[in-house]
Amino acid sequence: MTAQTLKFEAERSFSRKRLVAFGVPALMIAYLTYIFFSFDIAGLAERASLKNAQTLVADSYSYKTHVERDNRSGEIKIAIEGERKGEYPSGTAPSWVELGDSTRIDLGGGHVITFGETAVRYEIPDYGVIRADPGRGGVNAILPTEDVPDWISVSKNRLAVTTDAGRLTVTRNRAEVFRYFLGWELFFFTLDSPYHGMPVSELAYRASAGELSEILNAIWTNTMWRHNDVAWAIFETILMAFLGTMGAALIALPLGFLAAKNFTPLGGLRFAARRLFDFLRGVDGLIWTIVLSRAFGPGPLTGTLAILLTDTGSFGKMFFEALENVDGKQIEGVQSTGAKPLQRYRFGVIPQVTPILLSQVLYYLESNTRSATIIGAITGGGIGLLLTQAIITQKDWEEVTYYIVLIIIMVMVMDWVSGWLRRRLIKGDEGGH
Amino acid sequence: MAHVRQKRLWSGILLILFVVLMVSGFLTANSRNAGGFLNGLPNVLDFPSDVLGEAWERAHLLPGYLIKYLPSLIETVNIAAAATLIGAVFGIVLSLLSTRGLAPAGWAIPIIRRFMDILRAVPEIVVALVLIFLLGGGPVPAMIAIALHTMGALGKLFSEVNENASLKPVEGLQSVGARWGQRMWLGVIPQVAPNLLSYALLRLEINIRASAILGFVGAGGIGYDLRNTMTWGQGKFDEAAAIFLLLFVTIIVVDQISSVARDRLTHGRAAS
Repeated sequence: MTAQTLKFEAERSFSRKRLVAFGVPALMIAYLTYIFFSFDIAGLAERASLKNAQTLVADSYSYKTHVERDNRSGEIKIAIEGERKGEYPSGTAPSWVELGDSTRIDLGGGHVITFGETAVRYEIPDYGVIRADPGRGGVNAILPTEDVPDWISVSKNRLAVTTDAGRLTVTRNRAEVFRYFLGWELFFFTLDSPYHGMPVSELAYRASAGELSEILNAIWTNTMWRHNDVAWAIFETILMAFLGTMGAALIALPLGFLAAKNFTPLGGLRFAARRLFDFLRGVDGLIWTIVLSRAFGPGPLTGTLAILLTDTGSFGKMFFEALENVDGKQIEGVQSTGAKPLQRYRFGVIPQVTPILLSQVLYYLESNTRSATIIGAITGGGIGLLLTQAIITQKDWEEVTYYIVLIIIMVMVMDWVSGWLRRRLIKGDEGGH
Repeated sequence: MAHVRQKRLWSGILLILFVVLMVSGFLTANSRNAGGFLNGLPNVLDFPSDVLGEAWERAHLLPGYLIKYLPSLIETVNIAAAATLIGAVFGIVLSLLSTRGLAPAGWAIPIIRRFMDILRAVPEIVVALVLIFLLGGGPVPAMIAIALHTMGALGKLFSEVNENASLKPVEGLQSVGARWGQRMWLGVIPQVAPNLLSYALLRLEINIRASAILGFVGAGGIGYDLRNTMTWGQGKFDEAAAIFLLLFVTIIVVDQISSVARDRLTHGRAAS
């Protein structure tokens, strides 16, 4: 009988486990299949833009310089990334462009483009010379070969040549050359700075000769990368996280006492405090952000208050749970020495809960740095705003890359700082979060 | 006594430093904000009262709106759930690869840990915005963004759970010639499953909030509808109220369900 039932039990347990072991993965696959169709993942290939991906990747590690000629006036404009901020002053040019009666643009590797009076000539090694003579009748392109290779596109009004060395576009009104370079353009000095293009040794020498503050100022006020704005934005983001987290903790602590069973005998008060926490958490950061940005406008204060409100709810809940778990004996001990109620809290309760509360608060500090970035993107403040602005232009991907790198570094530093503080302030905590 | 005094001095200095930081930080934030705190404070309730007022006026339309926006809500929840599922599955793999004693390649542990650190450090919005540029709008960019973050966050938590798993079943399986995958699937996962599930549920809560936020910046779901009704301004606020209500209820419900479920998972009924 016993053996029989045991066997029966064991077999039932086996079959249940088998069911779970196959059922759970099967359910997961079923759900993901549903998602596959519901999110139209098959249609993703059409919507995805490979060209955008190429732009993004190429832009994040290289930049291009535009040389542009107005075919009517003959005026030549050279600008980095085609931006006004990166324009070479009229009459000056980088070393690979020779200005004169005819403009000679050396793209390197034997690729040479010449802008004549009106004609455009592109010498391509191992291929030949492409000529174009834009005018009223079109671009009048002449190729050295009969058949058009796929890297050249030519029509009556437009010629576009894309090679490894660069890119040439000729239309009736304009001739434009792009040359690509590795790196991020003008990261330290813009073209109008006297320090642009100066070798590092020369810079170091000048810095030691007393020009350090001018040099730093030139970097700081760089109009292309706006280093001072970026630094402020990072600071604002960290400020939002810090003020929001700490403010929430300061508000949640007394409210936590109100909500804890062993400190507040009044059920009504307790109920009110707990529902307040639920409400603050349930409304969610997104809604708080929207409501607050209507009242306070964009900026770090709005973000701070949004974090503060949401986290007051989260902290309140955690705090009262921690307070309900305190050991009553320590409080009695303090009481037996004749301590007044406030002293009982100070010496009987606070030392017990501080490590738990502090470790939670510090943990939130890091996670709120990320939230502050997101809130900044919604309300307009901090590094989140700069990031969304750069993404919206859809061409400054090197700036986007720069901001992303900065954000990652910022969050990691905050993570490290909060971990370090946790270890310093709470002995015995191994940083297990 | 001198020790105590020194300790008090230090805590005093720390306290003063903290207060100074808070006050000056608040003043800085205030001065860099478009509208100041004191100017804005009376207006805090304007927007909610506008929204509630319009919702109240047209209360009879509310049930219709709730039904109208239900599909968007389901999409938001689906984004979160799919991202949590995908993130948790990859998180398990990453955690097993980065737990000492379980990982097949010890030298790879620090690399995988740093990789998870980076996944965690990137805010979802960054990945989502870049992916929206590449893949177009819709739920997929948000799902991938949240899944990546979840992978990093859960991977770290899971590997802490794995560290406490008993190695005996693993050794037993090894002695009968089980491959690494079999040892993990049969020897480790059953031990840690309740804890993993509990962390994953907690993550689901967080991810629903994140998914609503990402919708707001253009990734579909209820956040996107919310932004549209908000930019319409006055006159559409009754619809905004319906969306607020849906979001609020969803968050509370998921919160409650997951908290009950987690309680049962960690404190357990009679474990079967």
